[in-house]
Amino acid sequence: MSKILAITGAGAMSQAMRQINPDVVPAFPITPSTQVVEDFSQFVADGLVDTEFITVESEHSAMSACIGASIAGGRVMTATSSAGMALMWEMLYVASSMRQPVVLTLINRAMSAPINIHADHSDSMGARDAGWIQLYSESNQEAYDNLIMAPRIAEASDVRLPIMICLDGFIISHCVQTMQMEDDDKVREFIGEFKPAYSLLDTENPVSWGALDLQDYYIEHKRAQHMAMQNAKESIKLVSEEFYQCFGRKYELFESYCLDDAERVIIAINSIAGEIKEVVDDLRNKGEKVGLLKIRSFRPFPYEEIAESLKSAKIVTVLDRSESMGAYGPLFTEIRTALFDVPDRPMVYNRMFGLGGRELFMSDIQNIFEESNRYLENGKVEKVFDYLNVRGG
Amino acid sequence: MGGSPDISKKQLDHPLDDLIRTDRLPHIWCAGCGIGTVFSSCLTAIKASELELNNISMVSGIGCSGRAAGYVKLDSFHTTHGRAIPFATGLKLGNPDLNVIVFSGDGDLFAIGGNHMIHAARRNMDITVICVNNLNYGMTGGQVAATTPHMAKSTTTPSGNPEDPFNLPLLAYASGATYVARWTMLHTRELTSSIQEAILKKGFSFIEVLSPCPVNYGRRNKEKALDTLKLYQEKTIIRNGAIPAGLDIDFSKEVVLGKFVDVERDTYIERYEKICRQES
Ligand code: SF4
Repeated sequence: MSKILAITGAGAMSQAMRQINPDVVPAFPITPSTQVVEDFSQFVADGLVDTEFITVESEHSAMSACIGASIAGGRVMTATSSAGMALMWEMLYVASSMRQPVVLTLINRAMSAPINIHADHSDSMGARDAGWIQLYSESNQEAYDNLIMAPRIAEASDVRLPIMICLDGFIISHCVQTMQMEDDDKVREFIGEFKPAYSLLDTENPVSWGALDLQDYYIEHKRAQHMAMQNAKESIKLVSEEFYQCFGRKYELFESYCLDDAERVIIAINSIAGEIKEVVDDLRNKGEKVGLLKIRSFRPFPYEEIAESLKSAKIVTVLDRSESMGAYGPLFTEIRTALFDVPDRPMVYNRMFGLGGRELFMSDIQNIFEESNRYLENGKVEKVFDYLNVRGG
Repeated sequence: MGGSPDISKKQLDHPLDDLIRTDRLPHIWCAGCGIGTVFSSCLTAIKASELELNNISMVSGIGCSGRAAGYVKLDSFHTTHGRAIPFATGLKLGNPDLNVIVFSGDGDLFAIGGNHMIHAARRNMDITVICVNNLNYGMTGGQVAATTPHMAKSTTTPSGNPEDPFNLPLLAYASGATYVARWTMLHTRELTSSIQEAILKKGFSFIEVLSPCPVNYGRRNKEKALDTLKLYQEKTIIRNGAIPAGLDIDFSKEVVLGKFVDVERDTYIERYEKICRQES
């Protein structure tokens, strides 16, 4: 039976993992993702899953064990945050280059130093070129739904890439929200069996993995990964559509909120979208043509689709929660690229916010819309890049 | 006059105040935690060693014990998870006159950072490593560690730990440490003089200090803070020079404390000077 639960974001992820019932989960704790594997270890102890649960000695080992188990033909999952993901770095590339559909819950947290345990996206944005599919989630429900869809998206035969489902540390991972948890059997039926392409345990058809690959083939393999990532776009759409048919919640590559006739648009990722929607509703009630575009799939990045949906926009504010010192924010860079070929393209500018968990309030979002209105009236963006809510700014 | 004490009088300074960043207080350690006692022992030993304070620096990794570097009023370095020893190695190589003390936990030094520990001991880096061993990852909420006893409960081994823990003094000895000791935080005097001895000794010194984590380890293994201290009192025996291979921790029998290794060997820097810097 599906049911409504009050649960934290991390709890929602562990429930999804229980329903997926992966073959292997290697785990190493790090705040704020620890609860995911902690809850899961209880499910293992209670016999609710058939998973081999390994408590490894570091995140580098966790991702290495994921890759080994995946190559052996298992469905594999783990969870991490921030420095944990950084320690996995080498292996992130190995997972994607060996085309292993490992599923990772990434609870977004700022990178050290100074030490900070709160939400920003510097961990996943740093890993954006590692060849992983990246889906972002505004709420517990979205994170849970994304995780249920993740194995199917990643395991599609023309994709076979690892996938990370991202959600904001503490704001989502540790806050209780209500969420629809679907029926166990229905979820298992939706996900189906994992059929590995070349399993090490398939002794009839022996294969070697990870052999040296120099000037002779390396670049072809990279191109193959690039093409697989392009295919992932279709896979995300197909699986999301099927998910909608099964469970009734609709997901696209990004969410368009009041976008159809919107002139002033904010583009953002993850939990801050909740506050933006509230402000959009308020301003819409006052007759202002404002809207939100919320990114779900950052890798692959839906350039054409985003350009198409911003046709009526006159000015776009891109909110980044991850620095790329000496450059614009990573989301802004993509959005500007997406808009370049649009005839009569809107003005576009970048605001950095929320690093290390600094709050952005609804009044701040109102100020953004006021500023974009001013820019629009003056026909000119005064500051293409700036920080929000920062001392000495 | 006599009678009740004058409470308006300014509270006396703590004798270790000059070594503590009092502006960082209150500290984060839980009631009943043993880390504070180990920390005090370490500071007392530093004072007693009469070393030039400007020449001492403390390095820690991540975890509850790792917070020490943030509380000490010396040059200190709160590093990343598992990497206290390589940071300390860099400090020592950069300035061989420094007296470098690594103060960190079992999870940090022996799980995620285990590799660094064995190599620093092998090279005989002239640093002192104090490992607060509370048998689990305390800071992240009590997960199984490389030191958790077999069958002990943790948040990631709810039905008991299937693995065996490290024997830390044996590992340090086998890796080449020239000073190896184990105490509990209850054995404050022995611990303090042992730390002093280790700091003053040339070469890689390693001290394991057993310390209760009532909030995470204790709670899941039916051990109140005081129960753990009783175990420290009743189940330990001091046997200096005991053979490291026999030092497994089993509180149902006995746990051996003491100084096990105290030998001389060229330090890394001495060898380096001799072999790599020698004019030909
Ligand atoms: S969690 Fe355990 S080790 Fe950490 S401060 Fe509390 S009692 Fe001490």
